[in-house]
Amino acid sequence: MSKPLPRRADLRLIVQLVPPGGRVLDVGCGDGTLLQTLETEKQVDGHGIEIRNHRVEACMRKGLSVIQGDADTDLPDFPDRSFDYIILSQALQNMHRPREVLDQLLRIGQRAIVSFPNLGHWRARLTLLCRGRMPIVETSDTPRTWYDTPNIHLCTIRDFLLMCETLGIIVEEGHAVGRDGSLRRLGKVAAWDTLWTHQAVYVLTRP
Amino acid sequence: MEIETASIDFAPIFALDTKLKLQSQIELAGAQCAYQTYGTLNAERSNAIMVCHGLTGDQYVSGTNPLTGRAGWWNHLVGPGLVLDTDRYFVICANVLGGCLGTTGPSTINPGTGQPWNMDFPVFTVADMVDLQVHLIDALGVDQLFAVIGASMGGMMALDWAARHSERVFATIPVAASWRHTAQNIAFHEVGRRAIAADANWHDGAYRERGVIPEKGLAAARMVAHITYLSETAFQEKFGRDLPRDSKLSFVLDPEFEVERYLDHQGKTFVKRFDAASYMYLTRAMDYFDLAARHDGDLAAVFKGVGTRFLVISFTSDWLFPTAESRTVVRALNAHAADVSFIEIPADYGHDSFLIERATDFHDVLEGFLDGSARRRGLKP
Repeated sequence: MSKPLPRRADLRLIVQLVPPGGRVLDVGCGDGTLLQTLETEKQVDGHGIEIRNHRVEACMRKGLSVIQGDADTDLPDFPDRSFDYIILSQALQNMHRPREVLDQLLRIGQRAIVSFPNLGHWRARLTLLCRGRMPIVETSDTPRTWYDTPNIHLCTIRDFLLMCETLGIIVEEGHAVGRDGSLRRLGKVAAWDTLWTHQAVYVLTRP
Repeated sequence: MEIETASIDFAPIFALDTKLKLQSQIELAGAQCAYQTYGTLNAERSNAIMVCHGLTGDQYVSGTNPLTGRAGWWNHLVGPGLVLDTDRYFVICANVLGGCLGTTGPSTINPGTGQPWNMDFPVFTVADMVDLQVHLIDALGVDQLFAVIGASMGGMMALDWAARHSERVFATIPVAASWRHTAQNIAFHEVGRRAIAADANWHDGAYRERGVIPEKGLAAARMVAHITYLSETAFQEKFGRDLPRDSKLSFVLDPEFEVERYLDHQGKTFVKRFDAASYMYLTRAMDYFDLAARHDGDLAAVFKGVGTRFLVISFTSDWLFPTAESRTVVRALNAHAADVSFIEIPADYGHDSFLIERATDFHDVLEGFLDGSARRRGLKP
């Protein structure tokens, strides 16, 4: 009874990165597609947090354990190292306080898998340079303008890695996800190839 | 006039052969518990769901209520093919301790005197109600309930089941409930009790012998309580400032607005089906409810080591048991990384949203959680 893999390429990669059988918390779990896949493919004990009511409802219809809550405020409730893996997929840029959230992820989980859109992509750089317009990162089905996007804290790969360094977080591995869904390994420091990186997925831990 | 319960057969009734030790340390002899079951207990005895009713609810959760002649209070949820699918689950619903539909309470006979207990009935708590139900499932041969579900006072019971008898509950679903009765909730209950006690027919609770009931007081208590069960939106949409028929003010002080007539009707119907003394005792039991009290106010400590799966549900327009109360429960459970789901369902109907047939979001969530729990428990579809 194998379920189809998620449509989003970063999610398919995350499924590969999570080892079987552990306790997983998906922060900003949406309609639960990833959690459900992890439960069926990897037999994990899956849990989720999602802020939007209709998405929580969708998760519950699937029989998943999900809390309607806010990652910005609810993560401090959880005890240290209570999950093997914490996933934050395409949600870092929606957080009011991404630094605190990342810090919490590495406190609660042994490892965190974080995926985010890279504002350092050449296309974004070119938009700003040539057109003088704020680059729009398409993370949902409808592209939005700078004033109504939920992506309030966009960053580049270099920004992200610098924040990890500041927080004493170790980058275990990095992957670039292309627009076409292609995968490529990323180094632990930001290099030229991030110019061509549409989305990044990092596995993080803390000593 | 009295509640017409004499002619009703409340069987099955479970009779406890030991004394029920109450939180007050009083030992209650001869306790009985009237209950209903729906569906069949499977061979593994793993498919039992305990439904805990609210303050003025009863064991007739499905089918026809023999007292009112109306459909059970969750008739749209409990039955073959429904959310609490009786083709799959064995549903138990018991009249709570202190209730007035067959279970021991102030209106039943004190075996020590041969007279009705009336106000000699000991003050009991939500935990005492749960303990009587624990004896009931012992008698039914159920080691572990697949689920306990309850709304309002029933939700308090569901939380108490999980907190004090977690090994006997696989999953628990407190709906529109809280871990404690708030000051505002106690205040409303006190107004209700005061209204009953002020009725000339109250006779310090010895109204039965006089063949009367404090119906005006009990009706007033119900009217106040009923306001707390709805929302401003619900009242406004249902009644607005409507007047009956000619829609002209009559310049009288009698009930005139549709909303007044509606409340009057609610009060009058209620006194035909509920006992005033039971109402006094049960509201008190809710007032006493504070799950954290045994742990010096530390709610997280209550759930330490609890392996039960939780689904906590609140409704947006419920101001009697607001979402913040449910969230506090969720936070306490998160402190132990417990298996908890939580959702605030958008609903306009106030606290009573859990009773509304068209609250399909609520029903879908419930069904999904029960399905997921059944998979984890290994119950056959």
